[in-house]
Amino acid sequence: MASVAEFLTRTRGRANGGTRLHWTDWASYTYLTFGILLMFGPVVWLVLSSFKTEADLQRYPPTFLPYQQQTMLIEGYDEPLPLFRMTGGDYEGMVLAQVRRVGLQAQMVDPANPGERLRTGIEDREPVQRVRLATENYTELFERFTFLRYFWNSTFITLMSTAIMLLVNSMAAFALSKYQFRGRTTVLLLVIGTLMIPQTVVLVPLFLIVTELGMFNSLWGVIIPGAATPTGVFLLRQYMLTIPDEILDAARMDKASEWKIYWRIILPLSAPAIAVLAILAIMWRWNDFLWPLIVLTQSENFTLQLALNSFQGELLTDWSSLLAMTVLTLLPIAAVFMFLQKYIATGIASTGGK
Amino acid sequence: MLAIISPLMRIVEIPMLALQRLLGMNRLAWVFLAPNLILFGLFAFLPVILNVAYATTGGSNVLLADRPDVGLRNFATLTDCGSVLDPNSCREDKFWRAVWNTTWFVTLQVGFMVGFALLTAIILNRDIRARGFFRAVFFFPVLLSPVVVALIWKWILQREGVLNAFLDWAGPGGFNWLVDANWAFTWSVFISVWAHMGFYTLILLAGLQAIPRDVYEAATMDRASPWRAFRKITLPLLAPTMLVVLVLALIKGVQTFDEIYAFTGGGPGTATTFIIQYIYEEGFAGAPRLFGLAAAASLMVAFVLVILTLIQLWVNRRNVDG
Repeated sequence: MASVAEFLTRTRGRANGGTRLHWTDWASYTYLTFGILLMFGPVVWLVLSSFKTEADLQRYPPTFLPYQQQTMLIEGYDEPLPLFRMTGGDYEGMVLAQVRRVGLQAQMVDPANPGERLRTGIEDREPVQRVRLATENYTELFERFTFLRYFWNSTFITLMSTAIMLLVNSMAAFALSKYQFRGRTTVLLLVIGTLMIPQTVVLVPLFLIVTELGMFNSLWGVIIPGAATPTGVFLLRQYMLTIPDEILDAARMDKASEWKIYWRIILPLSAPAIAVLAILAIMWRWNDFLWPLIVLTQSENFTLQLALNSFQGELLTDWSSLLAMTVLTLLPIAAVFMFLQKYIATGIASTGGK
Repeated sequence: MLAIISPLMRIVEIPMLALQRLLGMNRLAWVFLAPNLILFGLFAFLPVILNVAYATTGGSNVLLADRPDVGLRNFATLTDCGSVLDPNSCREDKFWRAVWNTTWFVTLQVGFMVGFALLTAIILNRDIRARGFFRAVFFFPVLLSPVVVALIWKWILQREGVLNAFLDWAGPGGFNWLVDANWAFTWSVFISVWAHMGFYTLILLAGLQAIPRDVYEAATMDRASPWRAFRKITLPLLAPTMLVVLVLALIKGVQTFDEIYAFTGGGPGTATTFIIQYIYEEGFAGAPRLFGLAAAASLMVAFVLVILTLIQLWVNRRNVDG
């Protein structure tokens, strides 16, 4: 036993000579385990719940896994009947199907002998159930036209806004990093100025401008202001400064136009920085809420975020659809995160931390 | 992808080449800057100027030409108070409720968030296994959309939710959390910390990893206790990063809206109505759209944010110089 304990508590070679876990190590791992539960737990619970039927969601206390009551098609009845295992009374131990329930009494039938109706009390039985994923929560969403509509709106806004932002920001970054011209410092200061103006404090005039441009209740009203994000100019300029000017000069000798230098040399060489920016922009736009809430007031223009918010506000919340929709909303981000975790982390640290 | 982009770029090259011949190489920079400057001008700078115009006009028309000039009356309405400490004595009591809610919220949220982020970063900076995995665990809620965060926690906290089931089983019994003003506020702080903590953990972890190891080794040689090493080495060397994190968290905290609006809708009553929600409701959700009041309120928020941003710039500059 002692050797097992030693094996479990042994650590990699430490400078201070100790080979056992110090109490602070125990405390650290306890904290981290608790962290996993607190951070992952809610999302796991959401995903599990999204596979439950509406009836299963109503159950209190809830079960961990999604269950569904088993049913059986019995001779003489059109609908499949729910099965119960009897825990007391005259028929203890038998599995019976319920024909109907009247108050505290239920009319049951023995699948082996469908002709005879049996009367039992409802406290003497428990439902026969098994684990089953209610995938219909998801398939129903796709059958509904509106969900695909929201999904498309979100995707269209995200992709268009990101593409425009990347193009415009990279062009500006190119000019600011590779040209000497009068007013360059002023422009840089202006861009820093834009960084200081959060959208939340200019909502009213922004609304006027968007309305005047005829973009109220149009997806473009979200796309274009969303593309005016200055973060990328800095990120890309910083990166482009590291590209040696000799490459540009060589291309100019070969009579390449400036535009060609931009998209044939600068853009491909800045690919890593552009990728980081693209991931960040996709996340920002996909998760956007306040500005779309103001601009898009008709439900056919809703993004997924708006649709989720308006569904949950309804009087009788249809949790089974809502939970499935929530999972589908976080799925693209979760997928991006799983594959590109490292880039996201460094990207966020370098844009937000500086 | 490239198959679509390449021909497009080639088409753009024709006018760009003509412009290059016309303007010369260095002035072409302005052409590259133009789309960006137009976008920023239209959607960032112009709104700042117009915001002042809205704040000094009244009525519910959107078009500035149709709005009567009221001078500073919007600000007077907002600040018409017996005592600003007591929202009930104010004409715009909702505004002051939102102001005080936001103040309390930001204090608690930033305090707890930075505290836990620091603790988590210190633990992640230790010699632990699977550090990358644990870092990801704490970071991933940052990527969730505010509405998703709100729904996840609403589902857990609802009357017949899993938390109440646990409490019923464990003894104390369930509770209708989001119907009680104090609990709704507490949970708002909690989900906000839950959702954003990972971001600050990441920055603090980077700050911790930038502290040279040999400083600690020297401390060990001098038989300094770990606690002393933490107080005399880690904290002072981490202070610049801490300041950045604090200011950044404050700037974001003041602008809290999305997740709380989806979570509680600002309720019960006005218990979780924050300042951005007040602006949204006055300007966009209410029946007479009081753009002037909303703009005046956003200028007041902007004032606070500008001060915070100036502190941020000052901190950054000091970090770079030092």
